[in-house]
Amino acid sequence: MSRILDDDHVATIPAPAVEPASPSAPRLMTLNMGPQHPSTHGVLRIMLELEGETIRKAVADIGFLHTGIEKECEQKTWQQVVTLTDRVDYLANLSNNLVYALAVEKLLQIEIPPRAQWMRVMLTELSRIQSHLVWLGTHALDIGAMTVFFYCFREREDILRIFEMFSGQRMMTSYIRIGGLALEPPRGWEKRVGTFIRAFGSKVDEYEDLLNSNPIWTRRTKGVGFIPLEEMIDLGVTGPMIRAAGLKWDIRKSEPYSSYEKFDFDVPCFIENDVFARYRVRLVEMRQSARIVTQALEGMPEGAWHADAPHVVLPDREKMKTQMEALIYHFKIVTEGFRVPAGEVYQAVESPRGEIAYYIVSDGTSKPYRVHMRTPSFGNLQALGVMLKDTLIADSIAALGSMDFVLGDTDR
Amino acid sequence: MNHDAILETHEAFGEAIAIADPARIVDLCRYLKTEEKFVRLSAVTAVDWHPAEPRFEIVYQLHSIENNRRLRIKCRLSGDAPEIDSVFEVWRAADWYEREVFDMFGVKFRNHPNLVRILMPVDWEGYPLRKDYPVHGYKYDYSHES
Repeated sequence: MSRILDDDHVATIPAPAVEPASPSAPRLMTLNMGPQHPSTHGVLRIMLELEGETIRKAVADIGFLHTGIEKECEQKTWQQVVTLTDRVDYLANLSNNLVYALAVEKLLQIEIPPRAQWMRVMLTELSRIQSHLVWLGTHALDIGAMTVFFYCFREREDILRIFEMFSGQRMMTSYIRIGGLALEPPRGWEKRVGTFIRAFGSKVDEYEDLLNSNPIWTRRTKGVGFIPLEEMIDLGVTGPMIRAAGLKWDIRKSEPYSSYEKFDFDVPCFIENDVFARYRVRLVEMRQSARIVTQALEGMPEGAWHADAPHVVLPDREKMKTQMEALIYHFKIVTEGFRVPAGEVYQAVESPRGEIAYYIVSDGTSKPYRVHMRTPSFGNLQALGVMLKDTLIADSIAALGSMDFVLGDTDR
Repeated sequence: MNHDAILETHEAFGEAIAIADPARIVDLCRYLKTEEKFVRLSAVTAVDWHPAEPRFEIVYQLHSIENNRRLRIKCRLSGDAPEIDSVFEVWRAADWYEREVFDMFGVKFRNHPNLVRILMPVDWEGYPLRKDYPVHGYKYDYSHES
């Protein structure tokens, strides 16, 4: 037993169990990493079994950020749940808003006008760029390149200002609501989004200039974090991870939603299956997202920004003051919410991290009966043990970062 | 898709749903993975229909990348000591999803390699997503707080 604090605050740590000295059996050391380790980007605990510098076994311990969102969804009215979906994956909140809204709209069988659909696409793609920028900046910072972090957060700030312009919030936007959008798109948004997106291509060039031929970056990322593709599919890995392993599968292409079929974009695919390939996939995705945003900007349809469904969408302020029906609908939606026909749906969309899917069960009342969130970080993290096995502990930081998990998304 | 463990099939909102016999779930899943190319298990979850009986529905979300198809398998379990075989040997993705269902609903998965709580603390009492579990939990009483 050894003392590590002064007499008043005595803390003792048990002496490690002495293993019988055997020349053949390797001496393993168990090391606890997290839950507050900076490279875990949140509260993830990993138990590592080390033989020297080599990881022989890695076990993830999650749940530190579990806030019972699924239980809370059952207590709120359908429209109120939108604010909870933001808080699941706080870097891709618009993807979460979108998947929830699409699922409930499927149950309600309401038609969303083209302008609202395109606006949703444009904003989720901006959100994808923003999420990839956070990933790139923090991942480069983990590996030791500080400048990239500042460059990425400079552009991210522009996107967050655009979100603020649309919804009044930088991160927890709740802008995509059941039946359309939360507010009418603000005056002058075309100019703001246009200015940003025209300059963005050259910004991505800047990141590539900093990293692509950087010897430290390439040597720390190439050949690191390999997982065989079959194991990835078996373990439920999705998103950029699986596209960097040679599987060209993107839900925006395979099961288009919210009129993604009208946009022209490419899905990147690399076969190297290492951290560097995941970095390249995400960079190409940023460029492709910028392409989608440009197309949305140029071809944005005119028309209504919410569905013609007075029992779901709040009436205009103007109509509320002049029309009796609008006032009644407003009162009913605000006080008791709207009812959704009984049934169950499963809706999947491609979030920046992979497949995010909500399974929603309704019993015909004004609150969801069950909301299950199939989140990409939860699925991706299952592969952690396979990825870290028999690698060096120094590589584990680069490998972990390449998964791009968000712990709020994992634990819900 | 023709397997005698499937009791009933229907379609809703363009999504295929099959009700399966819980005793033969591993058989069925292995058949669907090898013959019908459902290589991905997207998620496993449960729905609590308390106080109705059978109380629990275990829901498997299957996905075939090759055929671009999704399928939902549902197994109905009694509320009295619910148990079902683990599909871990078919898809390793089932590991954490089944642990989550165990953690949140108290459904036991036979032959699961490590069936312990995943999101809640290991010494937690009760199963939070059951419908008879109060949203504030059992242990603490907030009634004295205004």
